[in-house]
Amino acid sequence: MDWSGPERLQMNMGPQHPSAHGVFRAIVTLEGETVVAVDAVIGYLHRCHEKLSETLTYAQYPSIASKTDYVAAMTSEFAYVMAAEEIGKFEVPKRAQYLRVIVAELQRIASHLLWLGTWCMDMGGALGGGATIFLYCIRERELVLDLFEALVGARLLYGFFQVGGTRYDIPDGWAQKCRETIDLIEGRIDEYEQMLERNAFFLARAKGVGIVSRELAQDVGIAGPLLRGSGIDYDLRRNAPYSSYQDFDFRVPTEKDGDCFARYRVRMAEFREAITIIRQALDKLPSGPISSRPALKSVAQIRIPKGEAYARVEGPRGEVGSYIISDGSAKPYRMKWRGASFSNLAILPLIIPGHKVADVVAIMGSVDPVFGEVDR
Amino acid sequence: MTADQARSSIAATFGVEVTAAVPMVVTVAPDRWEELARFAKDTLGCRFFSFLTAVDWKEQGLEVVVKVDNLDDNVALLLKTRLGPGVSACASLTPVYRGANWMERECFDMFGIHFDGHPDLRRILLEDTWVGHPLLKSYAVDTPHPPYR
Repeated sequence: MDWSGPERLQMNMGPQHPSAHGVFRAIVTLEGETVVAVDAVIGYLHRCHEKLSETLTYAQYPSIASKTDYVAAMTSEFAYVMAAEEIGKFEVPKRAQYLRVIVAELQRIASHLLWLGTWCMDMGGALGGGATIFLYCIRERELVLDLFEALVGARLLYGFFQVGGTRYDIPDGWAQKCRETIDLIEGRIDEYEQMLERNAFFLARAKGVGIVSRELAQDVGIAGPLLRGSGIDYDLRRNAPYSSYQDFDFRVPTEKDGDCFARYRVRMAEFREAITIIRQALDKLPSGPISSRPALKSVAQIRIPKGEAYARVEGPRGEVGSYIISDGSAKPYRMKWRGASFSNLAILPLIIPGHKVADVVAIMGSVDPVFGEVDR
Repeated sequence: MTADQARSSIAATFGVEVTAAVPMVVTVAPDRWEELARFAKDTLGCRFFSFLTAVDWKEQGLEVVVKVDNLDDNVALLLKTRLGPGVSACASLTPVYRGANWMERECFDMFGIHFDGHPDLRRILLEDTWVGHPLLKSYAVDTPHPPYR
């Protein structure tokens, strides 16, 4: 550390800091109130999923995959089974593809709700008491989790996906319940926007803070709402459609500014697009089988030929990818997990310097990291 | 630039086979690693750095794998280089892509690959005192690590 020049102070945020939404330590170097350097310390939740996946079969791992990004467990499972299906050239029935789209979009809503609530709570005082928006968002997120509970029996980690299709079909009355829930959430999104965007303190803390340029965004490989918030019109659901996303009409929201407010705007618009997609998928849901594979009777039942594939899905935090190398056995030879949050978090040391210390929390929240996915 | 143009452009410059799969796979010798990355970024417009990782092919040695994308034209490239048996040093891509910084640190952490030219090569996920590199095939899943068993 260079102690010449103006007086500097090293401050430790975390590993147990309320705004980290997990375990994350930032060693922040300050000059007065201004941050000059950030060293991010991660790995507290590291379980070495990549080694673990080499010991688990294609039938076992999908339910473990949900533990990488536990806030959006459905998307993690999605990427893994898609990679295995690509190597094995397994067909996925149309009904299963639609069900996958429905749960992935519901998951996006649930994940963005948790993000909005916690981010606004991080900026607490500016929103007249802090926990208001958080509690509203959690209230709505519970409704989505109720839908998942009715579908798979679990509220956080699902095991809904399996190679060749899905494990469960929707129960009677679920589609109607789902429609009612998304109608309700759609109205509530408008309320949140009115609460936030008329709040001068919120705007002051979000606008012009944490700007990511187009060039930097691509160079670091940040994805999802962060990439689109920096003016890059790219969404895997449209640019590289998978699981029948080409059947649905939806908009890809983008913003030019690249600041916290732009990322907020993109996510708010994505709520509505997710709702549109779910409605279309429920309307057009085909009948038929939900899996092209025989029911699972043993863990080593799924074998895929030698080969490799990289499959990616557009998760709530961006490109979630799974790169599988198969040696022809029932387990992958190697599995690389591209966690969106890992790449997104890598932007922090590059954009935080120059901001005030209070902005660190606002910027970190706007990135929406989930540490299960950062550390894997 | 379409995928076909990118493929013939790489084949002409590096004299290697490029597969027709998506993402297309390019394998070069380690001494042309940084040159390939620079070519992908500047000439082919693959400015999006998706991930960097490695694969342990046991006695055949380590292989470094990088995925980059051209988001405008939807061209996806999987760049590979075989380091050779017993070799665990590779040129760093941090001068080309800033995203390589954390990814190479993770790769060093998990495989023990030394990336020459990396500005800050230290463990990222495991603690600094950890012994061994877990994703090597020679590292058993149940390797004890005191004080945990």
